[in-house]
Amino acid sequence: MTGTVTHHRPWPRRMVDMAGWERAAERLAAGQGTLLALWGEPDCVHMAILDEGASASPGIEVLSLACPDGRFPSVGRVHAAAIRLERTMRDLFGLDPVGLPDTRPWLDHGRWGVAAPLSAVPRPGQEESSAYPFLPVEGEDLHEVPVGPVHAGIIEPGHFRFTCDGETVVRLEERLGYVHKGTESLMRGADLDRAARLAARTSGDSTVAYGIAFARAVEAALGLEPPPRAVWLRALMAELERLANHLGDFGAICNDASFVLMLAHCAMLRERVLRTAMACFGHRLMMDRVVPGGVACDLDAQGVAALRALLAEIGKRFPPLVNLYDNTASLLDRTVTTGIVKPELARRFGAGGHVGRAAGRAFDSRRALGGYPPYDSLRFEVPVLEEGDVNARVWIRIREIEQSLALVAQILDTLPDGPVRVPLSPATGETREGMALAEAFRGDVFVWLRLDAEGRIARCHLRDPSWFQWPLLEAAIEDNIIADFPLCNKSFNCSYSGHDL
Amino acid sequence: MPMRKTFLEGLLRRPATERPPPLDDPELAELGRKLDAAARQRLGRSLAIREVDAGSCNGCELEIHALNNAFHDLERFGVHFVASPRHADVLFVTGPVTKNMREALERTWRATPDPKWVVAVGDCAIDGGLFAGSYACVGGVSAVVPVDLHIRGCPPTPTQLIKGLLTLLQAP
Repeated sequence: MTGTVTHHRPWPRRMVDMAGWERAAERLAAGQGTLLALWGEPDCVHMAILDEGASASPGIEVLSLACPDGRFPSVGRVHAAAIRLERTMRDLFGLDPVGLPDTRPWLDHGRWGVAAPLSAVPRPGQEESSAYPFLPVEGEDLHEVPVGPVHAGIIEPGHFRFTCDGETVVRLEERLGYVHKGTESLMRGADLDRAARLAARTSGDSTVAYGIAFARAVEAALGLEPPPRAVWLRALMAELERLANHLGDFGAICNDASFVLMLAHCAMLRERVLRTAMACFGHRLMMDRVVPGGVACDLDAQGVAALRALLAEIGKRFPPLVNLYDNTASLLDRTVTTGIVKPELARRFGAGGHVGRAAGRAFDSRRALGGYPPYDSLRFEVPVLEEGDVNARVWIRIREIEQSLALVAQILDTLPDGPVRVPLSPATGETREGMALAEAFRGDVFVWLRLDAEGRIARCHLRDPSWFQWPLLEAAIEDNIIADFPLCNKSFNCSYSGHDL
Repeated sequence: MPMRKTFLEGLLRRPATERPPPLDDPELAELGRKLDAAARQRLGRSLAIREVDAGSCNGCELEIHALNNAFHDLERFGVHFVASPRHADVLFVTGPVTKNMREALERTWRATPDPKWVVAVGDCAIDGGLFAGSYACVGGVSAVVPVDLHIRGCPPTPTQLIKGLLTLLQAP
């Protein structure tokens, strides 16, 4: 059974046979194309592959393989970026990726009381086993440092197992899944209102980006165009979200190098962004403001004035902070050459956001493949560096803050008038599928969904950019001192909730 | 050189912290003054909070963080966040309590010395919120450890959080 699936937008989805699936995996392993997402259903697996122009037809293609017996050829066998995704497919759907090199559970910690909760027939949970088999490390003078899941700061939970030789980290192994909420199971059968609220809480710091990705996927499935003003307001909120997060991160990274002054200043600028968002859109994080069909709020003249004042304030306060960063030798001493991600690794894992762009991977979904509206008619640059260290990830954020300030100004200058929302008629009487990418501050968010005839969610998959960044943190910390881990970790700032779902 | 300039500017400019009462937020100032008096009465000069994310989307963490910025400056009231539950008087727990975090929450609670208070922060922490009914969530902090106070919001704003702390301190 091969061929293109109908009602899948905007990129095509094609059924392939086992050989076609294996060929796709081999192409990924050979560096032809980037794995965007890999997800399951009870009797089927899908992968989205990004082709940025190496071939004659750049674009995204979704390949699907029916696997009525639950078995499919592992992509992770030849392409490491797929391994955790396939471990998750085993945990959630009971699927068997044949040849998967690592078959330890990933999100399933043996505590749900149910196994394969998203499969057609979930089984009773297996005996709770608290001993997770970490990879063995052997050698004289090595010691282990377990950290988490509850960390010292106000951050999300996860476990890090360090193996050290003196102060030097010889291996970091992550164990995640602590904040797995079962979001994709709650999506099944949800109406669009509820589903949009769930999507907006995949990772709270990226709530606007998730809102946009989800709304665009729904709109693609229904063949619906949101009004121009809504599209521009979405971008405005997305850039405010990027500003708030990058400002917070810039300060927090410096704070982890004991440069508290920067945190104090950046936290104030971040707070100003959130207060302005509250004044303009009625919510500090702008949660639930992006909805399928448009946006749930409008911007008045007072809001425009508040935003212009915000731009002026940050425009005045931010450059001296950049100058301060660039001229403080003790700070640069901590960030330069620390936690290096090699460009080859960033490319292989398809790492997005500041992790990828600090290591030579220029991909930005606002720009790639022609971009999505309104970015296709806005002027902005995508900063890229090659060094891949903490310093490079700081500079990518600095440059993106500058770009976002310029984007907000452009949007305010050219914001079209008109309605901000169109009514939806999701009950189309047939199955529809849609997908979308949206650029969150930490990278590209991918959403794929299928609506049933009544317009409810039959299946929705949400892939956070962190999936392809967390593994690189393990590589980046190797041969660094353990005291630099907080610095490296903050410079990545991966999402736990977005990953654990 | 830039460092010196920044410090000098800091000396010459007005403090960023919104003085109680701050000019643009009378409600916060009111709360701050009350919190200060009540906190001192109950716990001497300080209240130590340990934050535990038990499955939140990280939205609550962002707003709890904001309590520490110069505008809110929670520490001026004697309330501060600590790294270990062993140093804490209060646990701030967020999220619908995922089953994968249940044991870690219980152990954190047991590691916190008496007398202690637990504040369930955010709509998820009250009853699971949007995630209630999931196979992966216990659904509400009070299903796992005794809760003294709920602070609603998705996520609660820093002002709501301060208001909540005040309520806790004024309980009989």
